[in-house]
Amino acid sequence: MFKKLAIGAAFAVALTPAASFAAGGEGHVEDFHFSFEGPFGTFDESQLQRGLQVYTEVCAACHGLRYVPLRDLEALGYSEEQVITYAADNFEVFDPELDDFRPAIPTDHFPANDAVGAPDLSLMAKARAGFHGPYGLGINQLVKGMGGAEYIASLLDGYTGEEKEEAGTILYENKAFPGGWISMAPPMSDDQVEYADGHAATVEEMSKDVSAFLMWAAEPKMMDRKNAGFVGVLFLTVLSVILYLVNKRLWAPVKGKKQH
Amino acid sequence: MSGIPHDHYEPKTDGEKWLNSRLPIVGLIYDTIMIPTPKNLNWWWIWGIVLAFCLVLQIVTGIVLVMHYTPHVDLAFASVEHIMRNVNGGYFIRYLHMNGASLFFVAVYIHMFRGLFYGSYKAPREITWIIGMLIYLMMMGTAFMGYVLPWGQMSFWGATVITGLFGAIPFVGEAIQTWLLGGPAVDNATLNRFFSLHYLLPFIIAALVIVHIWAFHTTGNNNPTGVEVRRGSKAEAEKDTLPFWPYFVIKDLFALAVIMVVFWAIVGFMPNYLGHPDNYIEANPLVTPAHIVPEWYFLPFYAILRAFTGEVWVVQFASFITGGIIDAKFFGVLAMFGAILAMALAPWLDTSTVRSGKYRPMFKWWFYLLVIDFFALMWLGAMPAEEPYATFSLIASAYWFAYFFVILPILGVIEKPLVPPETIEEDFNAHYGKADAEATPAAAPAE
Repeated sequence: MFKKLAIGAAFAVALTPAASFAAGGEGHVEDFHFSFEGPFGTFDESQLQRGLQVYTEVCAACHGLRYVPLRDLEALGYSEEQVITYAADNFEVFDPELDDFRPAIPTDHFPANDAVGAPDLSLMAKARAGFHGPYGLGINQLVKGMGGAEYIASLLDGYTGEEKEEAGTILYENKAFPGGWISMAPPMSDDQVEYADGHAATVEEMSKDVSAFLMWAAEPKMMDRKNAGFVGVLFLTVLSVILYLVNKRLWAPVKGKKQH
Repeated sequence: MSGIPHDHYEPKTDGEKWLNSRLPIVGLIYDTIMIPTPKNLNWWWIWGIVLAFCLVLQIVTGIVLVMHYTPHVDLAFASVEHIMRNVNGGYFIRYLHMNGASLFFVAVYIHMFRGLFYGSYKAPREITWIIGMLIYLMMMGTAFMGYVLPWGQMSFWGATVITGLFGAIPFVGEAIQTWLLGGPAVDNATLNRFFSLHYLLPFIIAALVIVHIWAFHTTGNNNPTGVEVRRGSKAEAEKDTLPFWPYFVIKDLFALAVIMVVFWAIVGFMPNYLGHPDNYIEANPLVTPAHIVPEWYFLPFYAILRAFTGEVWVVQFASFITGGIIDAKFFGVLAMFGAILAMALAPWLDTSTVRSGKYRPMFKWWFYLLVIDFFALMWLGAMPAEEPYATFSLIASAYWFAYFFVILPILGVIEKPLVPPETIEEDFNAHYGKADAEATPAAAPAE
């Protein structure tokens, strides 16, 4: 019975890159440092721009970002004109009114792309988790975050170079992928992209950059959210102190002095 | 409303009299807000307000979310992303709603365990307790159906697993499951009816909350000593109580503000911590997640559901004497609902004459063990169904039932309880001393 389940699970994982992670002990997720971690962490604008470049030149060949509007790229520090140019230069979308493809404009979304069955990356950084322990209690995630970006970076940087053929599909060994073998070929090699800011383009750096970009793509409002969190916590703390004092004063005449 | 004697609203002006003779609504509000409340309530009594707040928070954020959400299998997931990306403040409203469910359950569990420790379920508060259990059941249904709405992988597969429980009912199970789902599998019909019910149930909960409050305003609050408020006269009652407004409103609001600091920090800084990453993958009937886990607040009962496998002798015995009608799956379902029913029956299972656990030296330890058991079950529910977790789950589930059906009835007979204070006033003064301002002669404070 258990064997059957295990085989079934192994199949599910091997056949579908979109299959979810299994909790605990599955792949090794490196604890990369990202600037947006923690309550005060912020996105690193130039890293997001580099990540967008990696996405555009590498990932977009097979993957899509169907939930991300191109107009949102202004949040990465681009001007309106730059976004217009970027959209028109890189993507074509199907326009039902023209009944034909046309160059993308900022109000379009990044196109979906399921040409080779690769999963959409819009929410990938939120759909994966990196750390589950200890004992499945998830305490690590309290400190390190859910680890979605770490997972993606570890995966991209986790190829060992081994490959095997199974039922006509070539599988590549990967340290981070649950089960250890993934059907996606290693997408990047050193200096695959040439960064405009001259940043080193090693596989590790590109992996981190594109992971940071995908975190932004999955949670574009993260900075606004943390801001609202910070303001709210501050306000509620002050409110708590005031209510504490009011309460103490209110009860003072009712309570006598403590008798111990 | 009968109950503890206290001041009532007297209409003074002609306008007030005119309204009061037609609709005594001001008097009703006055009596509710000014209800005499035992003055020795400790901090475990603040969770009722937190729960009321949660209900309002969930309804208000929920109504806004519905304005932007589309209940259709092809559009639901995208409409949630629309809320997260395009709706003004949508990401925060959704995270409040999402984590609000968790706060709701934190509060309800503490509220329930407070009742279990201080014997709040005992006569004359059985109706309050039963209504509370009904509210809890409705909350679970509402939360479960709400979790399906974003139409992620865990939504879909959670719905498949949980509705599958009804399929375990002998003879009619499959028909019931199909009827619940609106088809042979979880699909658009399911999503639509869950959406409808998810919107409806909170209002039924709100109605039940009013009945809950009505019931305990009739009996009066329990309190840490379990001693009843003296009701001989208004003056006597006033020695034991203070009006809800302003004393307890301000106290509860202070506690609520502190809890909100933590809650707001979670929503602002780690809103996905309590969720499952798989729910950010759109539902796909063809791909089963490697690990289907319910939300944390269902885990204890999920663990009980899974604990009773075909290898357990009780299950085999039940199967044998019913000629196979009760199989392992149905037994698990019965155990899960039985675990909740056991709590509902507590008023009649507890035979002790003393209400509060404070004065029950043996009960205390069994109760603490029950709390540990609850957390153990929660952890086990998240673990895979394999050894050693299966055995642990069985032991922990067995203790849950033993506590209610064996320990509570027996303890009342064999335990020798301590003597609670005579009055609430005595207990209060023992803690805080006699107030200087209080001129009325009172019972002698404890030395």
